[in-house]
Parts: sequence; structure tokens; C-alpha cells
Amino acid sequence: MGLDFTVIPSYADALLLGVLWTIAITVSSAVLSFFGGIMFAVIALYAPLVIRLPFRFFAWLFMGTPLLLQLFLIYFGLVELGIDLPAFVAGVIGLGLHFAVYNSELIQTAIVAVDKGQMEAARTLGLSRPQALIKVVIPQAVRDVIPPIGNNMIALLKDSALVSVIGVTELTLSAQLAIGRTYRPFEFYAAAAVLYYIINLGMEAVLRRIERRTQLSR
Amino acid sequence: MTDPKPFVEIRHAQKSYGSLEVLKDISLTVQRGEIVAIIGPSGSGKSTLLRAINDLDPLTGGEIILDGVQVNKTLPHRQYEKHINGMRQQIGMVFQHFNLFPHLSVRDNVTMAPKLLKGISGKEADKLAEEQLTHVGMLERIDYYPSQLSGGQKQRVAIARALAMEPKLMLFDEATSALDPELVEEVNLVMKKLAEEHMTMIIVTHEMDFAASVCDRVLFMDQGVVVEEGPPGKIFKNPDMDRTKEFLRKHLAGSK
Repeated sequence: MGLDFTVIPSYADALLLGVLWTIAITVSSAVLSFFGGIMFAVIALYAPLVIRLPFRFFAWLFMGTPLLLQLFLIYFGLVELGIDLPAFVAGVIGLGLHFAVYNSELIQTAIVAVDKGQMEAARTLGLSRPQALIKVVIPQAVRDVIPPIGNNMIALLKDSALVSVIGVTELTLSAQLAIGRTYRPFEFYAAAAVLYYIINLGMEAVLRRIERRTQLSR
Repeated sequence: MTDPKPFVEIRHAQKSYGSLEVLKDISLTVQRGEIVAIIGPSGSGKSTLLRAINDLDPLTGGEIILDGVQVNKTLPHRQYEKHINGMRQQIGMVFQHFNLFPHLSVRDNVTMAPKLLKGISGKEADKLAEEQLTHVGMLERIDYYPSQLSGGQKQRVAIARALAMEPKLMLFDEATSALDPELVEEVNLVMKKLAEEHMTMIIVTHEMDFAASVCDRVLFMDQGVVVEEGPPGKIFKNPDMDRTKEFLRKHLAGSK
């Protein structure tokens, strides 16, 4: 039995819709993971112990357990506590928080590495410590880690396939559904792979642009 | 001096790190409009003293008073923060390594603090940036980033940034020490201009020629104490103390 790629065009709509969902979930999770990462970094560095300790446990939970399990826990597990999230929202929260913890590690290191003179200069002008952090230290720290955060975001795009298991019809699940109808796994998985690759190229282009834009201001 | 009340008053300043005493009971007054240079070998405590004036390096004893208000008041944490932020707005500081904000344009370096702390509008901020940058001869670089500037240009922007808060007092912590020799003059010129405008300044410096030509008074510090102070003509030409003589001899020999 030979391969037959001619079946793909009739499922193009479904696959493209899958692409859109993949992009939507990736971008939403990326935004959450970026701002969440900044927030977590600030908590880890500056919050009082009573907040920092439970937070550290939470961070450990997200780094030390499989993302798939986390998605199950958020989507199926939380129902028992009366929190019934739509699959898309559960997926964004799972992916977003998971990668926020990783981004936070990067941002923490970068905040600590910002030259002490920056905080001093800001304080000397009369800024409070929180103002100096928000206006001076954190923007510099974030700029410094844009490339590694970009790598995390590419990983996030690939891991977004995991939300197929909680029923978000993103690209991987769209391919699976098409396979269910046509029994053509190679063709559709290959098509999905190509589409992931294209999204990936687009993402890299955006990241390069952000990097170039912030180059002068480093 | 016509003003009987000193503008800046340092009373019995004392600072130690554990058993190491870096400032030993220093008292000093500066009049409004006066320009004071602090010279001395490294480790003499001169930078520490300067950084104590705006409480960047808090004293372990003694008082700093600016225009009748104590800077290093003992207050509960929150109140103290509010107090010190208000005091620091009145005290400009220029650092050896400039400490410009690399993520902000020259314009935003100058206007960030006034916008945030004084709530001035965007238009007023632009006007302020243009004024202050004209003052230091950096207007044509207003939309550059610090990474595109030379050291001397960076320092001039740093001075404009400090002046934009309209400080009563300017502190210079070895403002030209990190500069290539050919860039020192442009920064010195800006400082001279400030002197002519009667800005009160306290200048920690290694540049004896500059101190001699601009300052009203020179303090020589060594090992945490003010060894000798007086007008530059006296300190540089005819100092009383042997330590001062020795320092000047070594320093001038080294710089030639």
C-alpha cells in the first residue's frame, strides 16, 4: 500500500483551524508565561518568607512533574473542587504556568546580574525600591534574557501538542481526527509536522525581530 | 560667608563595617553655593562620606543635615522610605561609571524620574530634556541610546539626568576617573559651568588641577578622618600636615 497525499487537501480546512488553535494557545500561554515569569521572579527574590515558601513548593511542583500530568490535574482534577475550566483555558493555564516557572528562573538570574549601580542611580534620583525595580532593573533583566526565553517559547509551541489530550482541537488533534476518518497516519502526521515547522519559523522570525529591536538598548 | 546657617552639615559622621571603622567622627559644613573637593588616597573614606550624604551608604553614627532637614532620620521603615526618597530628589549624584539606564534613550534617561516623581506631562518632559541636554551640550544626541555614546558624553547625560530633578546639592563621585584622558575636559567644562551658576557641589576627585581651579575649599581625607582642610591655594601649595604633603607629592609625581 503506497502513500497517498491527495487526501490532505480535503482536510485542509480542519488542519488550518488546528493551526489557528495551536497559534492561539501558544501565544496566550507565551504571554501568560512571560508576565507570570516576571511576577514569579519578583516573588522568589523579594517576597516575604510566608509567600516565598509556598511559592517555592508550587514552582517545584511545576518543574518536577510531567506537564501532561499537570494538564490532567488542571482540567480533570479541578472539577472535583468545583472548578470546571474549558479545555482551552485549562490548557493555557497549564502551559502558561509551567513555562512561567522556567522563565522565572531565567529572569531571577538576570535581575540579580543587573549592575548594582543601576539600582543606586535610580534610588539617587528619588525612586522607591519598587519603582526602581519596575522602571530600571526588571526591563533590563528581561532584555538580557530574551534569547533564552525565546527558546522556552519554541519549546512551548511544541509542547502545546499535549493539550490535544484534554480535547483542544489544535493541530495534533486535528491531524488525529483526520487520520481516524482516512486511516492515513503517515500523511497527516507528516503534514502536521510541516505545519509545526512553519509556525516555528514564523516564531523565530518574530523573536529575531524583538532581539534586534532591543539590541541598541542593552 | 553671608549665610550664617550651613546648607549642608555633617555632624560626627561615623561608619564602620564590623570592626573596620571607615569614617571616624567627621564633621563638615558646606555653605549654599560653595564647592568643596574631597581628595585623599583610595580607602580614605571619601567616597563613603559622599555616599552617606544621600544615605546610599548609611552612617552608623552621626547626622547629615541638608538645608535644615536631617537626611538620615530615624523613622519607622515606611516613613523613612518616603522621607529619604523626598530628600534624594533634592540631592543629585553623579557616579564614576555613569550608571545611565541602558534600556532608555538619552531623552528618557533625563525625563524618567521627573515624569514619575513630579508627574510632569510628556510635553513638559520633552522641554525639560531639551533644556537640560542643551545645558550639557548633548541636545543633538537626545534620541540616542547610552550604548551609542562615548564615556564623556555618557557622563554629561548623567549630569543632565541629575539636574533634571532640580537638586539643591550635587555630589560627584570621581566623575572623571573612568574616562579616557581626552574625554575628561568636556565633563570638567560642564562642572565648571555648574560652579559658575552657584550650584552647591561636593566633589570627590583625583584631579588636583580641577579641584584647584574650581573649588572654594579642599578637604584632604586619610584613614577615615579629615586630615586638613582649607582653600585650594593653601592645601595644594602650602599644606600644614605631613600626610597631606606626602599624598600630594606621590599623587602629583604619579600623574605626571
